[in-house]
Amino acid sequence: MNPFISPLIPEMATQEVQLNETLAHLKTESETLKSKLEEERAKLHDVELHQVAEKVEGLGQFVMKTRRTLKGHGNKVLCMDWCKDKRRIVSSSQDGKVIVWDAFTTNKEHAVTMPCTWVMACAYAPSGCAVACGGLDNKCSVYPLSLDKNENLAAKKKSVAMHTNYLSACSFTNSDMQILTSSGDGTCALWDVESGQLLQSFHGHAADVLCLDLAPSETGNTFVSGGCDKKANVWDMRSGQCIQSFETHESDINSVRYYPSGDAFASGSDDATCRLYDLRADREVAIYSKESIIFGVSSVDFSLSGRLLFGGYNDYTINVWDVLKGTRVSILFGHENRVSTLRVSPDGTAFCTGSWDHTLRVRAICSLI
Amino acid sequence: MAEGSRDQGGSGSTDPEEDSPNMIVYRKIEDIVTRIQDEKAGGVAIRTVKSFLSKIPSVVSGADIVQWLMKNLCIEDPAEAIHLGSLIAAHGYIFPISDHVLTLKDDGTLYRFQVKTTLDNHECLRYVLRTIYLCKRTMQNKARLELADYEAENLARLQRAFARKWEFIFMQAEAQVKIDRKKDKAERKILDSQERAFWDVHRPVPGCVNTTEMDIRKCRRERNPHRVKKSVYGVPDDGQSQPSPVHISSQPTRKPTKEDVQKEISFLNIQLDRHCMKVSKVADSLMSYTEQFMEYDPFVSVIEPSNPWINDDTTFWDLEASRDPSQQRVKKWGFSLEEALKDPAGRDQFLKFLESEFSSENLRFWLAVQDLKRRPLQEVSSRAQEIWQEFLAEGAPSSINLDSHSYERTSQNLKDPGRYSFEDAQEHIFKLMKSDSYARFLRSNTYQDLLLARKKVNVDKGRKKTLFPSCRCC
Repeated sequence: MNPFISPLIPEMATQEVQLNETLAHLKTESETLKSKLEEERAKLHDVELHQVAEKVEGLGQFVMKTRRTLKGHGNKVLCMDWCKDKRRIVSSSQDGKVIVWDAFTTNKEHAVTMPCTWVMACAYAPSGCAVACGGLDNKCSVYPLSLDKNENLAAKKKSVAMHTNYLSACSFTNSDMQILTSSGDGTCALWDVESGQLLQSFHGHAADVLCLDLAPSETGNTFVSGGCDKKANVWDMRSGQCIQSFETHESDINSVRYYPSGDAFASGSDDATCRLYDLRADREVAIYSKESIIFGVSSVDFSLSGRLLFGGYNDYTINVWDVLKGTRVSILFGHENRVSTLRVSPDGTAFCTGSWDHTLRVRAICSLI
Repeated sequence: MAEGSRDQGGSGSTDPEEDSPNMIVYRKIEDIVTRIQDEKAGGVAIRTVKSFLSKIPSVVSGADIVQWLMKNLCIEDPAEAIHLGSLIAAHGYIFPISDHVLTLKDDGTLYRFQVKTTLDNHECLRYVLRTIYLCKRTMQNKARLELADYEAENLARLQRAFARKWEFIFMQAEAQVKIDRKKDKAERKILDSQERAFWDVHRPVPGCVNTTEMDIRKCRRERNPHRVKKSVYGVPDDGQSQPSPVHISSQPTRKPTKEDVQKEISFLNIQLDRHCMKVSKVADSLMSYTEQFMEYDPFVSVIEPSNPWINDDTTFWDLEASRDPSQQRVKKWGFSLEEALKDPAGRDQFLKFLESEFSSENLRFWLAVQDLKRRPLQEVSSRAQEIWQEFLAEGAPSSINLDSHSYERTSQNLKDPGRYSFEDAQEHIFKLMKSDSYARFLRSNTYQDLLLARKKVNVDKGRKKTLFPSCRCC
């Protein structure tokens, strides 16, 4: 017997033990790094945002009114988006209908019936000439909007994105030519609209991705996503890499939105809180919550200056927060079921909410006292 | 990377349902309801109320609940307390003893607390239970058990649906009535009302919100995802769509593999090397940004002439779209080069200024690269070549000045031209414009004139004011 060849079986057993040890070791290493990182970041957490903001003048009282109510959906409104013209809106609902409205006149301009129910995502193209939508069909489709009202929009439909689970959100980039999507399959993806080709995929979430938002910068190549793994990730669109990650929420993150300068973003979660994360400090810098608010946040958006944060909640209300001071400045009633979607108009003159009560409401400030 | 302090080992809690979004809310409501009932710890007094000839056991007034909520949850506005209380009622945790509609009223209306049920049945079993429940009520001659119109309709429909099983159902109902008769009168009243309230949640009065409806994205973590199917296929009489592909099988959170953890480790190392700013500094930055833009924020400042949504007047939009910018708009161009370039009028003015300084190729290059990123995939390669020829090649007609490093990188990128081939170059040129030309632009006569409204830009004559803007909306 060759003394240099050791028996195989014991060796394999040793290897297996080594593999298990490696995973455990790696996990320990990861935990150690996490603690170290938390320690380092905590050193820079020298003050709270609301403390620094004490010197800022408080916001006066204001009266916000519903100025338009859009009725026409036959079931829960799940998503909406503004057109760059500041008055048109696209909305989608559980009954498979996607409607384009001129919210200013409340006229319905286009309607499409999707072949599936639960159309959870819709977006308006920057040119205003197309809309994208999808949901339980696992796809994102683009419909060019025809000026001819009699034309059947469904005929020109273009299938762009293909996921292996529901489409949770979609957004055009700065052009009609690319769409960014997020899905229940745990990934985000960037697509070329014309060819339907996948340009980049983004892996890193450990569960469904529920929302995304593109960085507002003109030269920006990043976006943020939020998921059921309670994480908010910031991604580099060019490389597909996750460049920053935040995990302080206690439940699903339903909505993420950039602060207008692009240096921070807000999130809304089923843990009934909204939070503000700053990218330069790589840290959560504010939490917007109240003991009396126990239902989840479905959707958030900032006012134009970033001073106000609007949150749509599952308790049918909208809470308006002073971003700097961390206080709630107003609670708005009106919807008769969950608020599922909320967006501020492109020029900040109004915000629109969509609800499970089948309606959309456009609200603006009536008077400032 | 920010991480909250939770005892999480990485793969979530043992029972995924306990962490599900719905359970989180229900736990919070249960906590509130437990506290309200705890008389020793400041809860409301649950008592028996005498009413005409009978006694009403175990009740609380709506006003008491509202008071409690305001005091213990720091709610200043009674409307908010009533709204929260109504939601707690809509979810079935408290209920009015003489109304099917589950809302909270801030008056002497009497309410009871629901017993904690662990009923977790499949939808089909619930239909059977519902039928038995309605049936047994018809067997007893008591005014309080009489069926409301919509309940009688319910029962008629269920009777048709269960045609062949009717005898079985009838027997079950009879058996329950027999058992109920043996109970103490007060206890029966309470149990009957609790049972009725349970059904008011699961079979709400037409027009009331069905709070058991779920967000389909969250259903996978529920113990009985079958419940969901009803909402997937829409309302029963909505005959339109085919069934949708609902993937309910997979686990909500993937278990991390060795590769996942290795990836995480390299990510964490990168984060550790990152240079971050202090919170005090970012706070100042956020504050100054917000302060700068507050005068433009329609939710914070009054905008001129008026908000279109309030006065139904589109003048504000027409002014913003015009190439004849207001002083306020011109002021924004001075905030940053990005702001100036965002506004088409600002872009035009800056370009004109650069032309006067014979350095417009920088901005034209920047704009060309922006346009490149917006092209369909098919056109990217050829467009990239065009940009190279125009701005960077030997003897280019609009030659731009790049440092040798960026030039090398870009030249390399062009071997396999893509959307991001010019990123380095674009960034370099932007920094150049920002530090050099932009500062001079702000000091220039043209800009100063506009800022101080000394001269007006030439406006197109004969522009039609449109009420319905066309498709193009830049």
